[in-house]
Amino acid sequence: MESIILHADLNSFYASVECLYNPAIRNLPVAVCGSVENRHGIVLAKNQPAKMVGIKTGEAIWQAKLKAANLLVVPPHYDRYLRFGNLARKIYGTYSQRVEPFGMDEAWIDISFPGRSISDGYEIANQIRERIKFELGITVSIGVSFNKIFAKLGSDMKKPDAVTVISRENYKEKVWPLDVGELLYVGRATKRKLRNWNINTIGDLAQADALFIRNKLGKCGTILKDYALGNDYSQVENTEHETIIKSIGNSTTPPKDLCSLEDIRITSFVLSESVARRLREHGLKGKTVQIYMRDCDLEGFERQGQLKDYTNISTEIAHKAISLVEANWFFNKPIRSFGVRVSDLTSSKGPIQISIFKEENKRFKVMDLEYSIDTIRKRYGPYAIQRAALMQTRQFGDLSDNTEALMREVSFNTGEAR
Amino acid sequence: MTEDKRIKEYVNVTVKFKKDGSMIPVSIEWENGKVYTVDRILDVRNAASLKAGGCGMRYLCKIMGTQTYIFFEEDKWFVERKAQCVEDF
Repeated sequence: MESIILHADLNSFYASVECLYNPAIRNLPVAVCGSVENRHGIVLAKNQPAKMVGIKTGEAIWQAKLKAANLLVVPPHYDRYLRFGNLARKIYGTYSQRVEPFGMDEAWIDISFPGRSISDGYEIANQIRERIKFELGITVSIGVSFNKIFAKLGSDMKKPDAVTVISRENYKEKVWPLDVGELLYVGRATKRKLRNWNINTIGDLAQADALFIRNKLGKCGTILKDYALGNDYSQVENTEHETIIKSIGNSTTPPKDLCSLEDIRITSFVLSESVARRLREHGLKGKTVQIYMRDCDLEGFERQGQLKDYTNISTEIAHKAISLVEANWFFNKPIRSFGVRVSDLTSSKGPIQISIFKEENKRFKVMDLEYSIDTIRKRYGPYAIQRAALMQTRQFGDLSDNTEALMREVSFNTGEAR
Repeated sequence: MTEDKRIKEYVNVTVKFKKDGSMIPVSIEWENGKVYTVDRILDVRNAASLKAGGCGMRYLCKIMGTQTYIFFEEDKWFVERKAQCVEDF
C-alpha cells in the first residue's frame, strides 16, 4: 500500500489570526512583533501585503518599517494562536488518527488507506483546506505526497490556500530543481558544504555519488540523499495523544546581549532553576544537558553533554550548562538568546543506583532543599527566595510560567515538551 | 463595502441546555435591554466570522422574521452588529 501523507502549513499563522480578529487591518501590511522594550522587537510573522513589500520574519521592526511606512505593528496573542493551532489539529484529527504536529502551525497527516490513491489524497487535502478556511477563517497550504519530506516541500510550493501534489510520477520535475537548502535538515552549514562540491539543487544531491556523500557528510549525508530520492519511510508519529515528554527546556532573549561568562552564569542559573522546577513538577529527571546559543547575527548552535547521574537539581544542570559554554563559546560575538534543555529523561520515582565513592547523602539533601524552595515559591511568590547571584538581575527576564515563556520553549523544543 | 461593515458585539444570551449537552439559544438581550426571542434555529456549524472577526459555533437563527448569525466563541456569545448602528445611539 502506497503511503499518502499530507503536510498542512497554516499560512502566516500569527498574522492571519490577528487579521481575522481585526477586519479593518486585513488589507494593510501587518507584522506581528514582540515588544521593543523587552528587546523582542522583531517580526514574528507578517501577512500577505507585508510579504509583497519584502518584509521578512526575524527582521527588526525599524528595518521592516523602512520597507513599508504604513506597516501596522501588532503585539502577539499567544493564547489565540494556541487555540487556533488546536482547532486546526482537531479538524485534521477527523481525517486520520495519525497526526504529527510540527510546531504550532504545521502538521503531518497520514491518510494512507487500502485502495486510496494520491488523487484521493488531493481531494481530501482540498476538503481540509476548505474546512480550515470556512471554520477558522484562516488559510492553509497543503502538500500531498508519498513521504513526509516531499509533503513538507509541497506545502511550501504554492501559498496561500493551495494544495500541491508531489507524486512518484512528477517529483523529479517538481522537487529536483529546488535549491538544496529547501530540503528538511539541510541547514546553513550543510548547504555551504554542498555548494562547495557543486551540489546546488535537490536533484544534484539525489544524483550525487552515494559513496562521496557518505565519506563527506557521514551517516547524515546518506539520509539526506535518501530524502532527495524520495526514500523516506519515517512514520507519521501520533504525538498528539500520547504526551510523552522527551525534553524540557527554557530559552530567553534577555534585554541586553550576554557578553561575559558572568552574564552566561547568571542566565544559566535562571534558566536551570526553571527547567529543574518543571522536571520536578512532571516527576522527571534527566541526564543530558543541552545548551542553545544564538549570537547577535542570529546565527546559532547547540551543544550537549552528559551528566554522571540523572538529576533534577538546578545547580547540577546550571554547572553543566556553564561548562558546555566554556568549552564551546569563544566570546567572539555577544549572545542574543540562550537556552538550556534537559533530555534523556526518566521517572524521578524509580530506584537509583547509589555510589560508594560519592557523598550521595549530600545530593539527597540538595534535592530536598529544592523541593522546599518550590513550596516556598508556590506559597509566597517567585521572588520570595532566590539565589544571591540573581539578586541584582531581574532584567534577565521573569521566567515564571507565563504564556510567552511557554511559547518560546515549545518552539525551542519543536513541540516536544508539554 | 461600507454598508456591510460589522462589529463584533458580545451579548447576553438565554440558553437552553438539552439532555445531550447541546445548547440552543432562546433569546438575546440587546444593550438597550430589549430582549429578542429566537424563533427558529436553521443551522448550526463551526464557522469563522470574517465580518466581525472571530470563530466558533455558528447558529443561524430566525429572529423577528430575519436571519441572523449568533456565534458561540469559547465561552462567550457574539453577534455581527451592523456598523452604522453606532451613530444611532
